[in-house]
Amino acid sequence: MTSLLRVATGGTQTTLQDLGRFGYQRFGLPVAGALDPFSLRLANALVGNDPAAAAIEILGHGPTFEVDAESVRVAFTGSHAGFEVNGEEATIVPSYRSHTVYRGERLAVRAMPDSQVGYLAVEGGFEIEPVLGSLSTYTRAGIGGFGGRALRGGDALPLTLPRASERTERRLAAPPSIGHECAIRLILGPQHEAFTREAVETLLTSTFTVSRDVDRMGMRLDGPTLEHSGGFNLVSDGIATGCIQVPGSGQPIVLLADHQTTGGYPKIGSVISADIPLLGRRRPGDNIRFKEVSVPQAEAARRSAERDILQAIKSIADAPPLRGIDLDCLYNRNLISGVIDAWD
Amino acid sequence: MVTFLPAGDTGLVVEFGDAIDPTINEQVMDLDAAIRAEPPEGVVETVPTFRSVLIHFDPLRTSAESLSESVRALIGSRSARTMKSRHWKVPVCYEAEHAPDLHDVAERSGLTPDDVVAMHSGRAYRVYMIGFVPGYPYMGDLDERLVLPRREDPRTRVPVGAVAIATSLTAIYPVESPGGWHLIGATPIRLFDPGDTPPALFSPGDKVSFQPVDSRRFERIRDEAAKGIYTPEYQEIAS
Repeated sequence: MTSLLRVATGGTQTTLQDLGRFGYQRFGLPVAGALDPFSLRLANALVGNDPAAAAIEILGHGPTFEVDAESVRVAFTGSHAGFEVNGEEATIVPSYRSHTVYRGERLAVRAMPDSQVGYLAVEGGFEIEPVLGSLSTYTRAGIGGFGGRALRGGDALPLTLPRASERTERRLAAPPSIGHECAIRLILGPQHEAFTREAVETLLTSTFTVSRDVDRMGMRLDGPTLEHSGGFNLVSDGIATGCIQVPGSGQPIVLLADHQTTGGYPKIGSVISADIPLLGRRRPGDNIRFKEVSVPQAEAARRSAERDILQAIKSIADAPPLRGIDLDCLYNRNLISGVIDAWD
Repeated sequence: MVTFLPAGDTGLVVEFGDAIDPTINEQVMDLDAAIRAEPPEGVVETVPTFRSVLIHFDPLRTSAESLSESVRALIGSRSARTMKSRHWKVPVCYEAEHAPDLHDVAERSGLTPDDVVAMHSGRAYRVYMIGFVPGYPYMGDLDERLVLPRREDPRTRVPVGAVAIATSLTAIYPVESPGGWHLIGATPIRLFDPGDTPPALFSPGDKVSFQPVDSRRFERIRDEAAKGIYTPEYQEIAS
């Protein structure tokens, strides 16, 4: 019998994502992939998957699932919200630890007050054929993931494993910071010379706000406008994830995982790869400040971020059983205080 | 004059100019081919555009400095064009039902619709780059008499296969999408299919010419294409 994770409600935008589909940007196909690759890798590591495997990316309001398999091991990361399991009794499972759910149980991702994006990884992954080497969903062209689209109620995700493997549940030693207070680091260019000096100064000294106009393709920022020194239509060239393009309105747009491969608006700066996960977590209304760094500084920051994630993965250890701990209390206290250092 | 510009710490732009120009684009294609033939350490993929090559790279495997050095050594090498380009013959129906803007284009250019069709199908175009949406080929250059700005009111839905012109360029919409170009015809062939490897029919650097067909032939080719028994015609181009 096929093992399934049935979708009861799809949530705002729930898609399968891995680290992206590379090699086809020359044909106009965006990379897609996780908005927060850091959290995707942690979720996979917690259930014993290859960190680069595909998991369920949850944007905005979370989905609910029903387990139609003997059992399945899952882990949720990205937000500290955790998830609820409603079986014979209701349990709240914190983020950053694995948990096994059983046939007939219902799993609901809780509202994420602290992040725009979360990841639910499933031990063994999904029995779905990759498209062009990746399970990432690119909804605009209907490619990859589950039928090229976001999940909705009535869908059933086929699972690779019939049941969870026999082992102790695991958790991260200390949940990572969401990083809302951090300045986002950028490298100026490739076209900052298409802007006035004041515009560059404004970009680096102002506080912007994430507008409501945000999706997997990009994030429009509210705040001061950035003035071009000449025209705002260039002969199109390539776009990298994190590029900040400024159309005629002067309102910057930070380009995310589903960005077009090419474009004709000048790009004043580019967010460094170490900070892309931080960007993905920001919600509409959140503040964004930028800080300029050099290329060598950005490269050092990326190496440091990579060390952090490898260390986090190494810190994963056996978790004490959930029963007997007043998790709801712990969860609420942590969220209210805003300080989440460790479980105990 | 070649310029190296950072696009963050994962992208390196190698720019040959700032215009839509076959000579500039040829330099882009040469460098792109040279990188693909022998990719320097850390290169993930390349995106050739009108005027530059964007090299996507893994900053954990190389640095912008080291990559720039390797790439600089490849500039100007023509020997690497081992990947053959193709010259495609693309059937296009220019009849009214497929060409909502043909009369308007003719009127604004001071030509007859037949003139427009003759000019559009009368030369071979270079695929300068692919972008905007998956498989969308930016092709040029049009006969100067057909050069018009984009439409003032872009359409929210342009059908698959629409053949369009704007500025000095022509294109085919490979997937349904919004679009601001003038629609002067339609092709029944599929330009983009994620089930194919590569997923796009054309590659940057290919040549394309258009062959007028009537609506009956259009329908027949479309049916054959849907059944997977139509193979678009092409010749390999020696570089």
